[in-house]
This record gives sequence, structure tokens and C-alpha cells, in this order.
Amino acid sequence: MMHLNGGRLVAIARKEVREYRRSRFIIGTMVVLPLIFMLDPMITIFAVGPTARAALVARAVGSTFLLLLVVPAVVPATIAAYSVVGEREQGTLEPLLTTPVRREEILLGKALASIVPSVGIAYALFAVVVVCAHLFASNPTVASTLTEGPHILAEALFAPLLAAWSIWVGTAISARSSDVRVAQQLGSLASLPPLGVTALVSFQILAPSVALAVEFGLGLLALDVALWLVVSAMFDRERLITGARAQRADGTGGGPHGEVRRIRRTGGDDGGRSDT
Amino acid sequence: MRTLGTLIAPTAGSAVVARIPISAATGAEIRQRISIMPENPGLYLRLTVQENMELFASLYGLRAPGARIRRALEAVNLAGRSGDVCGRLSKGLCQRAGLARALLSEPTVMFLDQPTSGLDPVASRGVHDLINGLRERGVTVFLTSHRLEEAERLCDRVAILNTRLRSVGRPEELRTSLFRRSLVVETAAPVAVPEAVFSSGSGVDSWTSEGTTSYVLDVADPRLAAPNVTRALVAAGVDVVSITEARHSLEDVYLQLIEDDPEARR
Repeated sequence: MMHLNGGRLVAIARKEVREYRRSRFIIGTMVVLPLIFMLDPMITIFAVGPTARAALVARAVGSTFLLLLVVPAVVPATIAAYSVVGEREQGTLEPLLTTPVRREEILLGKALASIVPSVGIAYALFAVVVVCAHLFASNPTVASTLTEGPHILAEALFAPLLAAWSIWVGTAISARSSDVRVAQQLGSLASLPPLGVTALVSFQILAPSVALAVEFGLGLLALDVALWLVVSAMFDRERLITGARAQRADGTGGGPHGEVRRIRRTGGDDGGRSDT
Repeated sequence: MRTLGTLIAPTAGSAVVARIPISAATGAEIRQRISIMPENPGLYLRLTVQENMELFASLYGLRAPGARIRRALEAVNLAGRSGDVCGRLSKGLCQRAGLARALLSEPTVMFLDQPTSGLDPVASRGVHDLINGLRERGVTVFLTSHRLEEAERLCDRVAILNTRLRSVGRPEELRTSLFRRSLVVETAAPVAVPEAVFSSGSGVDSWTSEGTTSYVLDVADPRLAAPNVTRALVAAGVDVVSITEARHSLEDVYLQLIEDDPEARR
């Protein structure tokens, strides 16, 4: 059973937020990317004429929806990709790992700090687009289509789930990377695959429905949980410091002919994972 | 140091840190009692000194850490700079902030990796005073350094590594294990018959001359031999300038160890 210390988790999250606030790159990412992904939907929905057919409205709303969901996928990926390799570059990883903090607390603290602003921005953008559609769209069905149950449900569910996916993928890449820029580029790319389903909806290959939203949401949730387990296992103190995992006492995976023997680590404060 | 700091599993052997044997089960317990300052102090450069301290106070689970943070910063004369962003501090100030962070949890064992690296002599002296203060308070300080005079000044026990562990012990023990004790005699003029003056009767085992008026005498006990040699020199009508016991530095010890070990010379 994993025992997390809330104080340490919040301390990591607070530290991350303070660092973001003072990083031009991260602030830039959080401001510029959402603006770019909001402008195109605005143009699309305002371009729908007052007499446009329902299919055209649905397509415009679908593409709007897809672009709005890129934000919670891409923004946290960029931040998460910095999370471990950035610590390594600053030389802060070693002091951090020699404190009593658990790896799960580090991971969750970092995730919390990037998921909250990312999802907040995603919801705010959706709200802005809906309000603008209500006030300024020449076709009144655009606003009502945007606020249909499946769309609201999908936005509410997918934004945090996509953000979680991006965070775990970004963190996994960051943990194995030695260069911040490479990690951020790979993280951004790796965050996009789950958007495939929303793209199918946008291009009307799949019909939006509450059932589809729930099914896709559950699928994403399962992926997020699986990724959390993988990333948590990857976040091994020794691997983060040296790039290599501790060898087992039986010599498997050791040096030539297994002559490099390392102590097998079992039990301990983290339920038996190697995290001395 | 990383192994003792529970970051890397030992490949062989055993170790005890803060009276706790290192194992998978004791990692968290050891980390609660130790602190490490790497050569790069590892501060969050976008955070202020105070914010860095608050973060680590939380990670160590310190409740109401204000007083502790203040004490740690005062110990390194940094209390007046607590609001400064670490990225704007000089290397010396960063080093002091790193030390303050290491002091924060009031550890029983501190690992300091080259704590005076890149510091000017005044700042280095400040760090040395701090380390001496910690030692007096009963904190075990594990120091790594390339500066052997620093190790000599600060350390009760010294381990010399070159690829592998070459020797470990108190500096004096290392000296006596490698070098014979000797007296260095300076005279105003050359001694006419040195073999008569530096006889075994005065406690001198052997002697060599270094220049015309300087002699190195191998002795078993310098405190016993020095008065005998002085009397013999005076009796022989020689003006004595000085008689001192030869002091071998840790650097001499290191060089001797390397010279004695063909593997280390490779």
C-alpha cells in the first residue's frame, strides 16, 4: 500500500508552479499555444453562414472541438518533458533524491502542477469559444451544437485525461532524456496519438454521442493508469542518477558474464520496488 | 558518496550510515538523517534562497520551519540574502546557500562534495569554520576534496583514493605508516665531522646532508633526539640555526602512496 505524504506532494507542486511562473518559455507555451488553437476555431465558427446546412455546422463544431482538445494534450507535454531533464540540467536531481521524498510524491507533485493550469486553460478556452459563438456567430445552431451534452461531457472528461496522458508520456521521455529541447519535441509528438479518436469525430467518421464519449474516456483512463505504472517504475533513483538500473544479485543483466553483481533490493518503504 | 547517500546500490560489501546499515529497507530512514551537498550546490535557480529552503524543509517534513531556516541561513551568513533569486547569486553565495540547505534538517551525517570548490580564500575559510563548528556539535561530516591541505585541516580521518581505496586513517597515522620520523637541522656553517656529532648515541638512526649546512636525521623519537643532537652540536662548537621535526603533508602521503603502487601510476 502506497503511503503518500500530502505536504511533500504539495511542496513539489508549489515549487513547480513557482518555476513555471518565472520561466519565459513555459509562460510563452501556456499563452501562445492556446491562443493559436483558439483563433482557428473562432474563424471556423464565424465563417459558418446563417443558412448553412446542419452537416456543415457539425463539421465546423467538430474541427473546433478537435483543436480545443489539442491544448490540454500539447501544453502539459511541453512542461512535463522539462520536468526531469530540467532537474538534471540544473543539478537539482541529486539533492532532491537524497531527501526522504518518495518517487510517487515527486511524480504526482509535478503532474499536479502541470495538469491544473493546462486543464484550466482548456476549460477557459472552451468557455470563451462558446460565449463568442453565442454572442457573435451568425448561425445560432453553432452555439447550441457546441453545448450539446456529448460535447460538454467530452470536453469535461477528455481535457484532464488527455493532459494526464501527455504528462506521463512527457515525464517518461524526460526521465530518459539528456536534452531539454529533444525531450520537449518528442513529448509534444507523443502527446498527439490519443487525439486520433477526436479527429475521427471531427471528420464525421464517428458520430459524437454520450456513449462514445464515455467509452473513449474510459479507454483514456485505462491508458493513463497503465502509463502511471510504467513511469513510476521508470522513476528509479539509481536509473535517474546513472542512467542504469540496479542489477540483480543473480547477475542477470550485469556486466560481461555477470561479474558485476549488485544487491537485489526487495521490500522497503515502497512496497518492494527498487528505490533505495 | 552516492552509495552512502542511498542513491546507488552497493555492488559489494556493506556500509553503515548514521548507525543504520544500508539496504533497500533502510533507504528512507537513512535519508531522513543525512544531507548531501554535491559539488554543484543544486539549487533551483528560478527560486529565491528562502523558497529553496522552504521546499527542502517540507521534503524533510519539518513543521513550522521558519526558525530552522533562519538558523541555517544565519550559520552561513546568508540571512540578509534570503529573498534573492538563486540564479543571480555568485558561486560563493550559491555554495553557502547549498550548505544552508544541507544544514536545514539538522542531519547527523553530512556529505559535502568539494564544498570550497571555486571559492575565494575568505569564503573557503568561512566554510572551513562552519565545518569545524559542525564537527564540534557532533555532526559527522563526510568530505570529498582534491585539496589535500583542506583535508588535513578539517578531517579526523582521511581516506585516499586513486582508482581504488589506497589508504585510510588519521592523518598522523598515515604519515607515520609511510615516513620515518626525522629532524631537520640547520647550522650556521658546515659541521666538520658530522658522523661523530650525529652518532647513534644521540638517538639518531641515520642521517643525510642536504646542501652544506642542512642535515636530515632519521630518529625514532624526535622529542628525545632533538635535545641530544643540540647538545652534541654545541659541544662540537657548531652554531645551530634551527632544529625542527620534519612535517610530511598529506600531499607527501598521497604522492608516496601513488609512487609505491605501480597500478596507481598507470
